[in-house]
Amino acid sequence: MASDYKTPYSGVLGWLDDRLPVINFADQHLRFYPTPKNLTYAWNFGSLAGIALVIMIVTGIVLAMHYTPHEAHAFGSVEKIMRDVNYGWLLRYLHMNGASFFFIVVYIHIFRGLYYGSYKEPREVLWGLGVIILLLMMGTAFMGYTLPWGQMSFWGATVITNLFSAIPVVGEEITRWLWGGFAVGNPTLQRFFALHYLLPFVIAAVVVLHLVALHRYGSNNPLGINPKGKQDQIPFHPYYTIKDLFGLGVFLIALSVFVFFAPNYMGHADNYIPADPLVTPPHIVPEWYFLPFYAILRAIPDKLLGVVAMFGSIAVLFVLPWLDRSPVRSGKFRPIFKQFYWLLVADVILLGYVGAMPPEGIWIPLGRLATAYYFAYFLVILPLLGIFERPKPLPNSISEPVLKGGGQPAGATAKPMDKA
Amino acid sequence: MKTHLIAALVAATLGLGTGAAHAAEGAATVPDHDFSFEGVFGTFDRAAAQRGLQVYNQVCSSCHGMEYVPFRTLKDLGYSEDQVEAIAAQYTVTAGPNDQGEMYEKPAEPTDTFPMPYDNRQAAMNANGGAYPVDLSVITQARPGGPEYIRALLIGYEDPPADTNLAPGQYWNKYFPGHAIGMPQMLTDGAVEYADGTEATAEQMAADVATFLHWAAEPHMEERKRMGIKVILFLLVFTGLLYAVKRKIWSDVH
Repeated sequence: MASDYKTPYSGVLGWLDDRLPVINFADQHLRFYPTPKNLTYAWNFGSLAGIALVIMIVTGIVLAMHYTPHEAHAFGSVEKIMRDVNYGWLLRYLHMNGASFFFIVVYIHIFRGLYYGSYKEPREVLWGLGVIILLLMMGTAFMGYTLPWGQMSFWGATVITNLFSAIPVVGEEITRWLWGGFAVGNPTLQRFFALHYLLPFVIAAVVVLHLVALHRYGSNNPLGINPKGKQDQIPFHPYYTIKDLFGLGVFLIALSVFVFFAPNYMGHADNYIPADPLVTPPHIVPEWYFLPFYAILRAIPDKLLGVVAMFGSIAVLFVLPWLDRSPVRSGKFRPIFKQFYWLLVADVILLGYVGAMPPEGIWIPLGRLATAYYFAYFLVILPLLGIFERPKPLPNSISEPVLKGGGQPAGATAKPMDKA
Repeated sequence: MKTHLIAALVAATLGLGTGAAHAAEGAATVPDHDFSFEGVFGTFDRAAAQRGLQVYNQVCSSCHGMEYVPFRTLKDLGYSEDQVEAIAAQYTVTAGPNDQGEMYEKPAEPTDTFPMPYDNRQAAMNANGGAYPVDLSVITQARPGGPEYIRALLIGYEDPPADTNLAPGQYWNKYFPGHAIGMPQMLTDGAVEYADGTEATAEQMAADVATFLHWAAEPHMEERKRMGIKVILFLLVFTGLLYAVKRKIWSDVH
């Protein structure tokens, strides 16, 4: 059965679009796509994350052409890339630091969503897909860090895979199955390489779903109210394409500072020591972007409960849309929420710091306190705020506060950053 | 080091705080040293690196190797093809098998890497009281503190405090984590006689060999920084233009 699609184009474009209507599709979704006119720079990080994924896939594919996933050759093949492959050092440093920047961008993207209530009805599925992307990213990054087969690669992999042994009854069996042996070894390295190559494409597929879900209801905005018509919206191109491009420029400058002038700053010196199963490093520390979760894991004295808490800290995000009962999306109009929100931001940074410290002295109670607040925010504070908080009055439309000028509580667009 | 300072500033603004996790523990603070390769425009001081190679050849190489550093790359330090061949030929490597199926010893060639002087890890440990003389290919990257730590370590030997018990074959070094190190003090004043006439004090040799080892670990550092300056200057101009275009396009919205 043919559809009754009529192409809006003429000539060669019309001929092609009639047979393959992706041109129209791209036009609708990348060009004319109506977007709220009041998005701030906080909305730049979604497209930046997409670009970071592309950078990681492109540099990663070229690195894979020169890398050898074998316990006896992995470290040496990375050194070969660094020394003998044309611009191999650039590719590897881009890939290493690109991973960190990917997480920075995604974490900002997530915290933007948390502040402006982007997870709320009708965007629950969009949010859930985002959490799935985060989980896939974590798995990919963890396995990627194993590949250079340095000391932190080996021992990080040992610590994290051992977490599964906390599962009652079948834990040990599952851990051995993950390893492909009785310890982290060559089979582990080879499967991690295969999965590290596969998962980014799975991420790309979920990103497509994320975009489908996004375009169903459109972007949220700093006021958190729905656009009331054409006067509240502008086409994606050229307004947001140019804004995103400018953001990309700033992102690339920041990335370049690290790639060219401090390429190993975010790494760990121990990973330039070849993996040695007989020598345990004094402190096994994961990459910085895992430190908050590492702190939650260590905050709980019981191994199984620690693992549950660590995974729970992400799982709780899946049910967040149903925990936050407030009908108001944007934190701008929620005076009490706002304070707890910024406390959460500080709390996660503190967790990251605690995760980098040895588990002793003051860091143990601090880690526990921060972990308790993290969960309390989602499980206690947000549900209660939905009942007890009195939000400020919402503006009538996105355009209204702009037309009336500053002084309104909803003077969102009067922020200097957005005045650009 | 200046690079680290810049990075720390940028990292601080990005909200990262992992620097603290990298600090070495249980050892004296590594003193700062101004290396030629520090900073945005830093390059390897060729004369220092060449002296460092001399220290490596005459001192370090009796126990250590650099299995990822080929002799051919020494041309980066200003040696001619013939000089590189001559340096390589000072070393013996195992080659083969030959037509009779036997391995044989031959002088190293530029394509070979700095060989390890022992047949294997066990032999190396056996000869060094149980301590393994590590490969030095990336040693300045493999230690927190990098080249400054390496320099300090080489001259950080002291008599142990009265209450310490050192096992035989162990030495006391104030910069080594745990202080008991298996490597004896190798750099004493005049341990080598520099070809360029520089006075070979222990301090001088330590700084020179740290420069050489940092080059060995990051042979593309100069190219990296040169490219970085160009890339960032371009991006600054390009991003500035994008910002101007952005303002123009958005002028009818605000």
